[in-house]
Amino acid sequence: MTTQKPTATRPTDTGPLPVRGPGPVPVTLTVNGAEHRVDIEPRVSLLSALRDSLLLTGAKRGCDQGTCGACTVHVEGRRVLACLTLAIACEGRPITTVEGLADGDELHPMQREFIACDAFQCGYCTPGQIMSAVALLDEGHASDDDEIREWMSGNLCRCATYPHITAAIRAVRDTTSDPS
Amino acid sequence: MRPLTYSRASAVADAVHAVTVDPESAYLAGGTTEIDLLRQDVLTPGRLVDINDLPLTGIEETRGALVIGALARMSDVAAAPAVRTRYPLLAQALEAGASAQLRHMATMGGNLLQRVRCGYFRDTESPCNKRRPGSGCGALTGVNRGHAVLGTSEHCIATHPSDAAVALTALDARVHTRTTAGHGAYHIDDFFLLPGDTPHREHPLEHGELITSIEIPDTPTARNSTYLKVRDRASYEFALVSVAATLQLEQGRISGVRLALGGVATKPWRARRAERLLLGAGADRRAFAEAAREELADAAPTPMNAFKVELAQRAVVRALESLA
Repeated sequence: MTTQKPTATRPTDTGPLPVRGPGPVPVTLTVNGAEHRVDIEPRVSLLSALRDSLLLTGAKRGCDQGTCGACTVHVEGRRVLACLTLAIACEGRPITTVEGLADGDELHPMQREFIACDAFQCGYCTPGQIMSAVALLDEGHASDDDEIREWMSGNLCRCATYPHITAAIRAVRDTTSDPS
Repeated sequence: MRPLTYSRASAVADAVHAVTVDPESAYLAGGTTEIDLLRQDVLTPGRLVDINDLPLTGIEETRGALVIGALARMSDVAAAPAVRTRYPLLAQALEAGASAQLRHMATMGGNLLQRVRCGYFRDTESPCNKRRPGSGCGALTGVNRGHAVLGTSEHCIATHPSDAAVALTALDARVHTRTTAGHGAYHIDDFFLLPGDTPHREHPLEHGELITSIEIPDTPTARNSTYLKVRDRASYEFALVSVAATLQLEQGRISGVRLALGGVATKPWRARRAERLLLGAGADRRAFAEAAREELADAAPTPMNAFKVELAQRAVVRALESLA
């Protein structure tokens, strides 16, 4: 075996890192292109900061333990779970929520197709589904229904609208992909 | 969640120093397990040192190895062309784990250090020798359908939850670390500890020792490899049984083979007994089944998880047949 316990090479001489909290501290979040300053404790999740401080209630608190996907948002352009992300760790990292998808009154194509395909029933999981679906197409994992289902498996729907969600994703894929 | 303080580090030395000198501090990387366990009071650090800005995200081909930065995300590693062509079993294991969202968050170092999914570990009202040494094990006589049948002890039978670590175990990966004193490196077999009398010790790292990279030696036979994961659902679920396998044949005989099992053991389980039996044997179902039976010979199942002993053998056979 090729294991060696740590061996001394050189001492490190660094100053202490600034410590923030545990009480509320000013945190700057960039959400849907706008900067917001909130006073929150370091333990506050991104989901709580969005919903409770910024009153952006699109991202939903479903399980609050990383299981259901209802809180899916984009951080630095990638879909992540806001319930398992600390808000303070998002300083300097642009955030997009479902409220930021539309262009003024013009809905995002995925939002339009969710309506056209009747892809929701109670609607609770829908913001997470839509944020996940938009990212899915960017990631290029929507070649067929099996692939869509696999790569959307982190978003649960208790109303079981899965076939309609798949149809909506397929519709956006087929209208936005370049046939050449 | 308990109140805690937060620091963000931009240099490896700063992060390592900060955590090493403060027993109450813990690193924060992807957070996918950690935030969950903080919220449940299973983990109780007073300060988080955020290491997501550290320059440890590279995936580099070097002479004789592939070196993956500890903070490379699971999704990026799975998508890396070098990983997909040279180590298909690792790409498959990564994409079989968690969900797309979690794979964008979770880091490779954090994947190795993720905590067990045992319900008794995660419930602070239950006894658990991992969470509270000496308090007993609720799983031994409790609900243990998902628990381990290999590498268990009378103090802990929790299954190691990682998929990627199973592939890395088959690949003889090495885990590189930094401490305030210098550098460390561990063969992956030595990195994961059996529970024995000390199930709270899951790895040999000292407090503050930071994983910096994972090195995978060149393994030409890994181009013919697979990761087979058997679970209760088709997707987004932990393994009941998984098999990481590579296979090389010469004139119908096995000239190279790597086997590791997940979902059945308290650590990612290198199936060396089976490998020894398979080397030089014919690549047929009988040889595969004999090797699988030998590897599981020492299994210590409970009434609830006894099915895993047979399931693991069948999974080994199926994985090898798909490569032969």
